[in-house]
Amino acid sequence: MRNEFCAAIANVMSESTTTFFLTGDLGFNALEGIQQLAGSRFINAGVAEQSMIGIAAGIASCGNDAFVYSIAPFATFRCIEQIRIDVCIHDLPVYIVGNGGGYGYGIMGATHHAIEDIGCMSTLYNMTCWIPAFADDVRYCIDSMRAERKPAYLRLGMGRPRPAASVCGPASPVTLASDPKVTVVTLGPIIANVLDALERVGSDVPADVFSVIRIPLDEADIARIAASVEASGRLIVVEEHVARGGLSEYLIARLHDMGLDGFRCSRLCAAGYPNKLYGSQRYHQAQSGLDADRIAAALRRTQ
Amino acid sequence: MPRTLSQQQRHIRQKLLRLYYGASCGHIACSLSCIDIVQAAYSWKAASEEFILSKGHAAGAMYVVLNALGRISDEQLTSFYKDGTKLAAHPSAGTSRDIPFALGSLGHGLPIATGIAYGKNHVGLADRTFVLMSDGETNEGTTWEAAHFAVRNSLSGLFVIIDKNGLQGFGRTSDVLGDTADPAVWRAMGFRVIEGDGHNEAFLKSFMDETRPDADGRPTVLIANTVKGCGVPYMEDKLEWHYLPMNKELFDDAMTYLEESGHAE
Repeated sequence: MRNEFCAAIANVMSESTTTFFLTGDLGFNALEGIQQLAGSRFINAGVAEQSMIGIAAGIASCGNDAFVYSIAPFATFRCIEQIRIDVCIHDLPVYIVGNGGGYGYGIMGATHHAIEDIGCMSTLYNMTCWIPAFADDVRYCIDSMRAERKPAYLRLGMGRPRPAASVCGPASPVTLASDPKVTVVTLGPIIANVLDALERVGSDVPADVFSVIRIPLDEADIARIAASVEASGRLIVVEEHVARGGLSEYLIARLHDMGLDGFRCSRLCAAGYPNKLYGSQRYHQAQSGLDADRIAAALRRTQ
Repeated sequence: MPRTLSQQQRHIRQKLLRLYYGASCGHIACSLSCIDIVQAAYSWKAASEEFILSKGHAAGAMYVVLNALGRISDEQLTSFYKDGTKLAAHPSAGTSRDIPFALGSLGHGLPIATGIAYGKNHVGLADRTFVLMSDGETNEGTTWEAAHFAVRNSLSGLFVIIDKNGLQGFGRTSDVLGDTADPAVWRAMGFRVIEGDGHNEAFLKSFMDETRPDADGRPTVLIANTVKGCGVPYMEDKLEWHYLPMNKELFDDAMTYLEESGHAE
């Protein structure tokens, strides 16, 4: 999604003279074009994520908005207090961009993974998390963040093109079955594995699939998911994030708040590093049971 | 030998002591060490210039100064430390035009001020942006991140003021991490360094009123030498008065001292 992100940002920086872009010394082979066109509105803040957030907040307090870019763990965990106070408490339009959410940086190792980021960021006051799933979600997310002019976190990953007949939205229904036996709700790009799994199970398991790309969700989005769960009686949540603090806890709590219970539920989440070994993103997904085969097995168990 | 304070300095201190005694709370000595700087800042900076109290635990000094200047009402000041107040022990976000930021976790004010200085510089404004830090606060890593950023980006509008009283939360600064407010260190980073007496009203007025951004593009740091607890002899240079509230006897003693020390002028 980095290409889509860079294209969208180049557009924004050209259109708006009050938008700034800060990077924590990252962006080789990606941000050079933005650097060229934005002049002094492009800032390499150095390997200094904490002050980068504070500087972005100061810039935003002058009536601007600011994107702040780094690898997901460095853009979030490293500077969470600065995000909490300098950005969120002041409700400033600072948009934190974390590249390589989940196990996205694969063999780079655990230091470069972000599998607890949504748990951290979604609890912050005034914060909205955006987790684009498909390539064209990126521009939708950026447009939405800028329209809201509030603190936001954008978690970028690897997104494939959107399937035909679905549209961008906070909790977009990607496929809907006439008589669903299961409702699958995904967080971000892991939906690619879910769609692969659905191909494997074919028509044996009629499923509704919702692609969640925003936390929190509004009432209407939750109600649509709730109606599906009520019809299917079975919910599977799939996310490349630890179970604690992720989409599954959030969604189940919201459904429960609506009075919906009595449905069966499975949560497929990031397991961390169960064998203490490291590899590609696909390796870690498989270790967590997030690969297409394991998701297909979970779907078959719904029968 | 206690220093001689002006009537204004004694009166603002009495106001501060009444505030803290009324609330039975601490953070008195660290407010007394910077209260003359805060007074000078709000009295002499231009209205469009920001002053950020990064050492947010000295909020009381800011509240009484703004009250003395008619920018916080008596009624609002009376709410200090009480349920439902905007005047918490540390500044809250959006309290007023003079207090836009929530501060109190150390090391946040300088990056924010640096960002403001960058934003103003970007649109060609000549405003200065002031940020007051404690010397202990300069332990924080963000100090060094933002300071290098300010130098590299020639943010001559950034004016850092360090309240250098030599004491921090649990020891002398010289014993904890050494002197992170050492003028030589700041000079070596590329700052224009000014040193002076942080309780000398004439010096502080001239700094706030007359010091323009450096023609060579360097950000400025004022290393203000101060005494923690300045104006109350039993608090001066005493770590414990970072934390302790006054009982009635000590409050009366301090108020009487401030009253009578003026008679010797």
